[in-house]
Amino acid sequence: MKYLLFCCMEEKKLETISRSQRDELMDETRIYCEELHKSGHLLVSNPLEPVEMAVTVRVRNGGISLSDGPFAETKEQIGGFFLIDARDINEAVQIASKFPSVRLGSMEVRPVVDLEK
Amino acid sequence: MSEVTDSKVRELVEEVYREESRRVLATLIRLLGDFDAAEEALHDAFAVAAEQWIRNGVPSNPRAWLVSTGRFKAIDGMRRRARFDASLTEHAKQLESALYPLEEPDDESIEDDRLRLIFTCCHPALAPEAQVAMTLREVCGLTTEEIARAFLAKPSTIAQRIVRAKGKIRTACIPYQVPSETDLPARLDAVLRVVYLVFNEGYSASSGGSLTRHDLSAEAIRLGRLLVELLPDPETMGLLALMLLHDSRRVARISATGELILLDDQDRSLWNRDQIIEGTILIERAFASNQVGPYTIQAAIAGVHAEAPQPAETNWAQIVALYDLLMQAGPSPVVELNRAVAVAMRDGPLAGLSLIDSILRRGELSNYHLAYAARADFYRRLGRTTEAKASYEQALGLTQQEPERRFLKRRLAELHDYG
Repeated sequence: MKYLLFCCMEEKKLETISRSQRDELMDETRIYCEELHKSGHLLVSNPLEPVEMAVTVRVRNGGISLSDGPFAETKEQIGGFFLIDARDINEAVQIASKFPSVRLGSMEVRPVVDLEK
Repeated sequence: MSEVTDSKVRELVEEVYREESRRVLATLIRLLGDFDAAEEALHDAFAVAAEQWIRNGVPSNPRAWLVSTGRFKAIDGMRRRARFDASLTEHAKQLESALYPLEEPDDESIEDDRLRLIFTCCHPALAPEAQVAMTLREVCGLTTEEIARAFLAKPSTIAQRIVRAKGKIRTACIPYQVPSETDLPARLDAVLRVVYLVFNEGYSASSGGSLTRHDLSAEAIRLGRLLVELLPDPETMGLLALMLLHDSRRVARISATGELILLDDQDRSLWNRDQIIEGTILIERAFASNQVGPYTIQAAIAGVHAEAPQPAETNWAQIVALYDLLMQAGPSPVVELNRAVAVAMRDGPLAGLSLIDSILRRGELSNYHLAYAARADFYRRLGRTTEAKASYEQALGLTQQEPERRFLKRRLAELHDYG
């Protein structure tokens, strides 16, 4: 089954740690992703630009309306995503728990709907 | 190698996964000392197998190959991660020295590992519902989502249960072992209880969306077979026999429209003969041990029903005698109630009525719908319609199970027709 993992973290928190700590975090994540890729678990992954780069689009009364920032103001922001293939949600949880970022923020595990079933 | 051979190897890897993955997992848990590490190692071993077996052919002993590859991958992974977590360096070293020299795991120790896994999943330190979830996922290989569907629960609820159970096993240092001889009877009891619970969950849920739930009965029977193979204790055989004999009536006990059909009204030609024969042989083996427990006696009662070609030919005297035995081995108000029903069949409804009234007077079954349903049935057979109606109404007020409710309403309607 496929699961989308949302890496959630307070962007402000990331600013409070030192440059070298951040590098180490990125390094560890990269190596873990390589492992997950090799084991066949990781299908797609990407970090995201900070939420200040986001725009939210709506169409109302036939017109496009744009607003700055994410669709909802939350304490934590989505900083990246990982599409994984796992045997079940417990394996997905297990995989999510080993991302170094969960020690600072959290990881939302969302089962992907299988439209072919 | 050609594509045809490639897909053949892939099919074979899948087949080996179905056949061996639970065994390999059980052994890896022992070698690595951790459920999650073992699950990861299992996955990695099969990932390597899918690649290497295409190139180099399938090894002569896939099971041993998977165990060795799994533990090698686990140590390898730990060493790599140790770059960020120094504590893992020590752990990897310890594992290595404990694992090398690599002796080939023999079949006997692998079968012991399966028992270790079962006893750990059913450890009394875990909550009963956690024992069930762990057994189904780790021993039977069901996914968390499948377990959730079968128990009509949210996957996140079951996931949480499994995460907590594994955390408990880790923090409480629950040993990965088959209990000592002194603890074995009580611990085996707990295992059998989990298996029977899984069976009943599948068997009693007989209406709407029952398909996935029936799989639970099949899973429980598979578990029962495994236990008889690994630990041929008389009660293990008794439980397997009991499940087989109940399951043999599965097709006959539900009508095409999902109505519950009582034993008396079932088409006995629909009963599964193979299951009955297998169950009967197990009962004989269990009785031959002279250590007859509650599961075996209940199986024997089901066996008496199974051998009667027609309801009227049922040997009720033998059934009452078995209930007497059951009252000694595992007395309970429900057993007493069932005995009362058997006595009513042997000696007439009046005899049953006085037994049931005395059970109800004690108050133990005053919320149990089947007690009132049985009393209603005795009144009905005695022609005391008003009292029968009142008892059916009481039973109806105490059950939420739809097929049971429909059955009781049908009986009530019949009384109205005649009364």
